[in-house]
Amino acid sequence: MAAEHHGTLAHHFESYDQQREASSLGMWLFLVTEVMFFGGFFLAYIIYRSRWPQDFALASHHLDVTLGGINTVVLIASSLTMALAVRSAQLARRKATVLFLLFTLLFGLGFLGIKAAEYADKFEHHLVPGPGFEFHDEGSDPRHAEMFFNLYFGMTGLHAAHMVIGAGLVFWLMFPAWKGRFNAEYHNPVEVVGLYWHFVDIIWIFLFPLLYLIGFHLEG
Amino acid sequence: MSARVANPVGAPPPRNNYLNATHGLSSWLLTLDHKRIGILYLISVSAFFLVGGIFAGLVRLELLTPEGDLVSGDVYNRLFTLHGVIMIFFFLIPSIPAVLGNFLIPIMIGAKDLAFPKLNLGSWYVYNLAGLFGIYAMLKGGVDTGWTFYAPFSTTFSNSYVVPTAVAGFIAGFSSIMTALNFIVTIHRMRAPGLTWFRLPLFIWSNYATALIILLGTPVLAITLLLLILERVAHIGIFDPALGGDPVLFQHMFWFYSHPAVYIMVLPSMGVVSELIAAFARKRVFGYKFVAFASIAIAVLGFLVWGHHMFTSGQSVYAATVFSVLTMLVAIPSAVKVFNWTATLHRGSISYDTPMLYALGFIGLFTIGGLTGVMLGTLGIDVHVHDTYFVVAHFHYIMVGGAILGYLGGLHYWWPKMTGRLYNRFWSQVSAIVVFVGFNLTFFPQFVLGFLGMPRRYWSYPPEFQVLNVLSTAGATILGVGLLLPLFYLLASLGKRGRWAGDNPWGATGLEWETSSPPPTHNFDQAPIVTHGPYEYERLHPTSTADDREPYGG
Repeated sequence: MAAEHHGTLAHHFESYDQQREASSLGMWLFLVTEVMFFGGFFLAYIIYRSRWPQDFALASHHLDVTLGGINTVVLIASSLTMALAVRSAQLARRKATVLFLLFTLLFGLGFLGIKAAEYADKFEHHLVPGPGFEFHDEGSDPRHAEMFFNLYFGMTGLHAAHMVIGAGLVFWLMFPAWKGRFNAEYHNPVEVVGLYWHFVDIIWIFLFPLLYLIGFHLEG
Repeated sequence: MSARVANPVGAPPPRNNYLNATHGLSSWLLTLDHKRIGILYLISVSAFFLVGGIFAGLVRLELLTPEGDLVSGDVYNRLFTLHGVIMIFFFLIPSIPAVLGNFLIPIMIGAKDLAFPKLNLGSWYVYNLAGLFGIYAMLKGGVDTGWTFYAPFSTTFSNSYVVPTAVAGFIAGFSSIMTALNFIVTIHRMRAPGLTWFRLPLFIWSNYATALIILLGTPVLAITLLLLILERVAHIGIFDPALGGDPVLFQHMFWFYSHPAVYIMVLPSMGVVSELIAAFARKRVFGYKFVAFASIAIAVLGFLVWGHHMFTSGQSVYAATVFSVLTMLVAIPSAVKVFNWTATLHRGSISYDTPMLYALGFIGLFTIGGLTGVMLGTLGIDVHVHDTYFVVAHFHYIMVGGAILGYLGGLHYWWPKMTGRLYNRFWSQVSAIVVFVGFNLTFFPQFVLGFLGMPRRYWSYPPEFQVLNVLSTAGATILGVGLLLPLFYLLASLGKRGRWAGDNPWGATGLEWETSSPPPTHNFDQAPIVTHGPYEYERLHPTSTADDREPYGG
């Protein structure tokens, strides 16, 4: 095996193709488990939203659609740079790979920063579930509004935890990328982290309309 | 194909094998060899089996008399909870996949290792980390919610160590996800040349189906336990009605995993039994494709029946009717397997070596467990016997009579391959029979008790139930002895007096019997090429009789 002395083909694989196919299949299967994992939250959200649509709509007006929209754009941009990083790794363009990974990392951190600002705002307005929770909108039961914020913090919190792990993985990838380890035969780490990163983006693409946009048009 | 058996029974093993390739504790704790990881799992899983068994013994001891006299009601609640949690999450679910699957799957498909060896080793550490949380909860005073963690008792009212136990279940789930993911990728991508899907041993098919269930179900348990922990710690009220939540939602989410989990426990045993029946009846498995697809059908149908745990939880009668019908559908692929095993036995040349005794026991007990399952799936009957010992007896017939007998059968069948040694034939047969007798004496009376109305999860009961309870406790004692015996003769087989097994002591087919015992580190000296199906017994032994394959010189 020609490339074996690079040490990137594990001993139990016959070829780079087999190794690559195994690692992407593994990541796809992991993403299936992630869908089921988030699925529990989405199920709870659907049930309570359909039980108390009015309360949820009123509560959702306290979210900042502008910041949520900006964050959506930031994440989509990070997906673009991640895809470009995978492409450059396949083409063995060392500097481009590192640069695109860096952009991806910065966009990811930017998202988390904006998210933190949103959380701080909710904290100031007593919208964090718990003993300090206060909600005075007319025509709404504060208990039901609290459930909306339970789900808001639970779902975006779990998403943010995935972003933190993703950012860690992207950071870690920059070292082998810097050393020029990736090429047409061996780039599976970048590829599978890319799959993960896109998946986490897609979760947000569902969270944003569910939490911020449904009911946005009601009550000007 | 070839009966390319280099070493006959009694001949010492080849000098280089996976057991003596490297030495020292770190060579085991840091190993990436799937065979060694299988052995590590065997040790961990056996330890938890022992602990869970001790809790079961204490439960049965308390129930010897009608009065609650040995322990208090509160302690009793903790005993049966810990018994359930340990047996399910730390023994039954990992047992066959993590021990036998880990060891055998790469060998059976002619690969050098699983696709992700580091992930495999990681899964063992994650499993033990989960075990530490479980032990911590146990030492602090245990948990009293039942293994089902029903909210709002678990989230709000219980005064026991719910959070560490839930964390243990959460983490243990990741370990089984890691194993399942590894299996699916390995079976898809690493098969030897010529090994088509329909040439795979049925053990592989059933582990594949199991892995699918683990991948789709376990994350739902994880999120459910996570929400439970958040509710208990941070009062994020998804389930507690006092916090605005819905406790029935917890039951839906919990059983969405935990019913399929029953198939996680029993499907691998079915795979083992398919191998054993073929090997000891000297026949091709009857209806191979039906048995293979029955595993997949059980995996799929298993996800559609969780509502039958909630017939009395206030779900709509229409939902309950649908769940009742779907539950009965699971009986079809299960019965396909039982009939096909029976047809395989028909006109086979059967021998009664220890693994076969376990396999035959499995078929009988699984059938009883399965048929009482259909009874319980019937809406009217279930409302009558719900939460009684009838249910307890039913699921122990599946989990002990099914899953554990399959596990023990497999362990006895592949022990010579794993260690290169033969254990004592007489004592192992005695053990199989004692387990069978003890098991039935323990759990058959519980069917009667449940039907008479004795509820589960109480530490005392009316005096008229005592005779049957004494029978059950006596049976548990016998069962305990039967389950301890293997500890002695299996360990003894590793000592100086243990006989060398040779490469293929059972005269069985399958790639694992074509390599040496114990196998070399990379499993095969020459990469195998497969040209035929897994059960070519008629070709390998054209004039076989019951005697000409006695590993003990019969």
